[in-house]
Amino acid sequence: MSLFSLLGALEIGLVFALVALGVLISFRLLRFPDLTVDGSFPLGGAVAATLISSGIDPFTSTVAATVAGALAGLVTGWLNVRLRIMDLLASILMMIALYSINLRIMGRPNVPLITEPTVFTLLQPGWLSDYVARPLILAVVVVLAKLLLDWFFATQTGLAMRATGSNGRMARAQGANTGAMILGGMALSNALVGLAGALFAQTQGGADISMGIGTIVIGLAAVIVGESILPSRRLVMATLAVILGAIVYRFFIALALNSDFIGLKAQDLNLVTAVLVTIALVIPMAKRRFVGKRGRA
Amino acid sequence: MLSAKDLRITFNAGTPIETRALRGLSLDIPSGQFVTVIGSNGAGKSTFLNAVSGDLPVDAGTVSIDGVDVTRQPVWLRAGQVARVFQDPMAGTCEDLTIEENMALAQMRGARRGFGRAVKPSMREGFRERLATLGLGLENRLTDRIGLLSGGQRQAVSLLMAALQPSRILLLDEHTAALDPRTADFVLQLTARIVAESGLTTMMVTHSMRQALDVGDRTVMLHQGEVVLDVSGEERRGMDVPDLLAMFERVRGEQLADDALLLG
Repeated sequence: MSLFSLLGALEIGLVFALVALGVLISFRLLRFPDLTVDGSFPLGGAVAATLISSGIDPFTSTVAATVAGALAGLVTGWLNVRLRIMDLLASILMMIALYSINLRIMGRPNVPLITEPTVFTLLQPGWLSDYVARPLILAVVVVLAKLLLDWFFATQTGLAMRATGSNGRMARAQGANTGAMILGGMALSNALVGLAGALFAQTQGGADISMGIGTIVIGLAAVIVGESILPSRRLVMATLAVILGAIVYRFFIALALNSDFIGLKAQDLNLVTAVLVTIALVIPMAKRRFVGKRGRA
Repeated sequence: MLSAKDLRITFNAGTPIETRALRGLSLDIPSGQFVTVIGSNGAGKSTFLNAVSGDLPVDAGTVSIDGVDVTRQPVWLRAGQVARVFQDPMAGTCEDLTIEENMALAQMRGARRGFGRAVKPSMREGFRERLATLGLGLENRLTDRIGLLSGGQRQAVSLLMAALQPSRILLLDEHTAALDPRTADFVLQLTARIVAESGLTTMMVTHSMRQALDVGDRTVMLHQGEVVLDVSGEERRGMDVPDLLAMFERVRGEQLADDALLLG
């Protein structure tokens, strides 16, 4: 594997680290199986690409994409909390709705960003080549997002949000407005995913209506791989773990697709993902069984 | 003071399995009083408690605390005035959070949650002091996940958490029922101590008549969603379990089918 494809894997891994942080919030902290992600990722891309190509400043566009993601999460939360639609179903409805919304936003199936400025071209110092600068900038964004989440979940509101997912009845009995916590958590989660989509569109040369397919599986894969690399219940470690998980996951994908002797091609991506997630799920269980047997002996 | 007026709750209304759980239940509890509530299965004890806490919406009637009608307030809003310990030791605490995080959560009950640090170093000393009174050594395990504790330990911490913030009402829903006899006794003594120290208006649902007479100032018996017996003061002091049973039979004018259950 060349340095070039290694840095490319790192770059995509870092983008998906943001998705993984979002999935960590919904699936793990709120215990809300949220498939909105498959729609809010391309939503972020669509909003950012459309705004940039119509001449808006890339930073403003990226912020707008993040806000759009948050709104999408808010609607999913609202469907669940106010209209009492089952969590998984509420997120599927939102995911489907976003497909049309994204087409509306872009006005066509894809919006290229070839000559337009992006946050990366604006931040890239002249002496650094783009394939080194992009992962560096993304790394800064991801670290900032991680620190922000670590701070937030240690605050009074953040603690109430964690309690909401862990034991809703207890959280309510302790005076936490669990409905508001779910809304806020879903907004936060999808804001991160929207941001990831915006950055993805800007690194990949445009937004595409199909760029969201399988985002949730990749995000979940990153969370699961991260948890098996770095098993810890402490939140500061958990956020670090999913970031590492996203990078390791992309690295293995690149390795699998770049090794000629295996003969895998780009279209095998989803199959490789499914196999990797299966392995990551089975290893901890197998380990426990092994340790359990030894313990009894 | 806690005042429940003419509470009515019907489950599955209009279906063949319609259950009228509360049929116009009224009860006034003056501030600082400790009431024990007994009754056979299906008498409406838990339903009544859930109506007071706001977990169950009532079909009719009002619940007011110190003269303020809270009937339409959601659980989380009412939580500022109502503290609660559940029957299931796992239900009252968050197993994924540490002991100090659970206590910090309870510390903020009824207050506005902002973006200040949830667990401040200054709180830890207070937590440690309170945990030390349990004599379980938990004061040295502040950062342990509460899921690592036994049911009895978790129930004891739940009780401490209920008294961490000054509230008006303490609801105990058979909170010793799932514990072994020795732990149950420990938790019961702790309850009596905490209620005495904080002067909380307390309602304790129990299955044991013995417990109902031994603890608190007043005993109320529910049957078919109504108060059928209400004893306190001198009358209650001289009572024993058989007296209570006899009184119950006289009031209802019928033989109790499940004496054994009530005596347990």
